[in-house]
Amino acid sequence: MTTQPAVEVEDVSKRFRLYHDRNQSLKAAAMRGRRARYEEFWALKQVSFEVAEGSTFGLIGENGSGKSTLLKCMAQILRPDAGAVRTRGKVSALLELGAGFHPELSGRDNVFLNGAILGLSRKEVQERFDDIVGFAGLERFIDTPVKNYSSGMYVRLGFSVAINVEPDVLLVDEVLAVGDEQFQRRCAEKFTELRADGRTIVVVSHSMGSMQSMCDQVAWLDHGELKAVGPAHDMVDAYLGSVQMGGVPVGDTARWGSGEARIERVELIGADGAPIDGSIRTGDPVTFRLCYKADQPIERPTFGFALHTLDGVHVTGPRTADQGLFPDVILGEGTVELVVDRLLLLPGTYDLSCALHDSAGLHPYDARNRALRFNVVPGAPHEGMGGITSLGGEWHVDVLDAERRP
Amino acid sequence: MAALDLFRSQRDLFVNLTLRELRGKYKRSVLGWAWSLLNPLATMVIFSVVFRYFLKIDVPVGDPSGLHVFAFYLLCALLPWNLLANGMTGGMGALLGNANLIKKVFFPRSLLVGANTASLSVSLLIELGVLAAALLVAGNMVLPWLPAVLAVVAVQALFVLGVALLLAVTAVYFRDLEHLVGIVLQLWFYATPIIYPASFAIDALRDKPLLRWLYEANPMTRFASIYRDLLYHLRGPELVDVAAVVGWTVVVLGIGAFTFHRLEPRLAEEL
Ligand SMILES: Nc1ncnc2c1ncn2[C@@H]1O[C@H](COP(=O)(O)OP(=O)(O)OP(=O)(O)O)[C@@H](O)[C@H]1O
Ligand SMILES: [Mg+2]
Repeated sequence: MTTQPAVEVEDVSKRFRLYHDRNQSLKAAAMRGRRARYEEFWALKQVSFEVAEGSTFGLIGENGSGKSTLLKCMAQILRPDAGAVRTRGKVSALLELGAGFHPELSGRDNVFLNGAILGLSRKEVQERFDDIVGFAGLERFIDTPVKNYSSGMYVRLGFSVAINVEPDVLLVDEVLAVGDEQFQRRCAEKFTELRADGRTIVVVSHSMGSMQSMCDQVAWLDHGELKAVGPAHDMVDAYLGSVQMGGVPVGDTARWGSGEARIERVELIGADGAPIDGSIRTGDPVTFRLCYKADQPIERPTFGFALHTLDGVHVTGPRTADQGLFPDVILGEGTVELVVDRLLLLPGTYDLSCALHDSAGLHPYDARNRALRFNVVPGAPHEGMGGITSLGGEWHVDVLDAERRP
Repeated sequence: MAALDLFRSQRDLFVNLTLRELRGKYKRSVLGWAWSLLNPLATMVIFSVVFRYFLKIDVPVGDPSGLHVFAFYLLCALLPWNLLANGMTGGMGALLGNANLIKKVFFPRSLLVGANTASLSVSLLIELGVLAAALLVAGNMVLPWLPAVLAVVAVQALFVLGVALLLAVTAVYFRDLEHLVGIVLQLWFYATPIIYPASFAIDALRDKPLLRWLYEANPMTRFASIYRDLLYHLRGPELVDVAAVVGWTVVVLGIGAFTFHRLEPRLAEEL
């Protein structure tokens, strides 16, 4: 028996209009004698794939590659200009939580309103009402107008309604990145539950670790075109491998400091002593190198690096001062290195920041926020569940023989 | 079965959106629902003073009711006019004001416009209810005519819905539409017999057949005349009036629904 796909994306293309003057007005139209001029832009070009029923399917790609657009086509919010999307069963999209809440209305009224917007009848909302409020943990506040909710409460209620729609196909776009730790854990649990129930989930995320651990299949979009589709592991590896390696300077870096000394360059150096332009694999040795130039003598400076995930999670921030290292004085050019024998970061994309401070770490001479972005691809240890860093531990499993058991 | 489910959930959504409009409108204020009545009351007082006492406009005696009160004559047309005026203004905001919802969730967008018109129609019904009570106190036995009034409100609601649908999608493409509509509404207000009897205008336009024809073609003139026949004069409406408003409603609703349907798929990206 072959099961039918839950979502069929067939040759889907989507064109947007980019208006030259966004200010579309009758006045302007009357003066020009026609409607606003626009350029056409293809956000999706002939994308085709199928999502098997009961599977979890991921969409990856760079910013602007068309992931959200594709998700919106699946949700029927956008209509493709060519091709078609066919879905089986009830579809619900988590594109924004609590869209359509009315600030003046109570949580209770909003649950009914939002439920209706998501396609539930009044009776269905009534049946699920307790679950919804319970999951959101807002029993005490349910009769308060939602304008008085904290933004976290708002999101929780929105998520709770959306998830209780119990769709056959659930579309999720990055929404899980919001909310506190506890909420994120609950979301993750709910997803596991939905998957166990055999529901189909299509998820967009930039967090490669969770894509690898959550998804069965992944489609990789590149500038609106489908680059490849296949098992999550292979796709994520291929994607991370393709994104230019060894670190790319990030465009919009923030930089500050008084400037007596400047950080000229930041590099990642591989085992062979050359700057890395391939991939850094988990477990490989790597050296973080910082090249500076001091125009004036600077006494007892502190050098530091910081690592962040793309979600902004601070991974680590080693400084020379932490090891009690205070060079007496620096002047002219020089380099500082942080040598790592075994990189324990798990596959994903990381941003490297660096700074040059005074000995107390208070006065910045030069600080470059997110100066370098680099990717880590799977190596050893390999951990299927994803995450940020490995512990580098080793398993020892002591199996008792049946006879020796008390 | 699935179709029935869909219908049910959409009906519930429509009801919910309508309630949202109504509750949102009245929850914001201490006086709540009373505002719904105070507003037309204030307009009535102002217009009565200005037009009845300063400009000395006289209104016909109710035939056969014998009623002769300017305020009642005015309200019978002013309240329905407010449905049109508010329906047009609200219709323009129905999609623009819900841009976020439209970009994030799929549901039939026409429900937003429908809910706006429906909530205003409910307001009109309440106002007409109060007016009917006042008329009863004044000795006008309106009760037998109320079912007919309900029917007229229903037709007018559909007419307003047609206009609102058209304006709602047009406003997405032309963001300055509201200025134009503001002007049109003012012109339309004075071109409709609300603060004066229709006979004034028809007499004045006697030797200008084109203008007179235009004046009489105005659907709001017809609606005003029907409401006055039923509530003020206590008589059945003229058949031509009924035919005219039904014809207008069919045409306007047809144009509105067609235009809306054509432009609906692109709304999420144009907003
Ligand atoms: N309504 C719109 N009008 C014009 N262009 C649009 C519209 N919506 C999206 N685009 C364009 O389509 C392209 C794809 O956008 P999309 O939001 O799908 O990217 P994405 O893959 O989700 O990116 P991200 O990772 O940043 O979320 C972008 O270049 C964007 O500018
Ligand atoms: Mg996106």
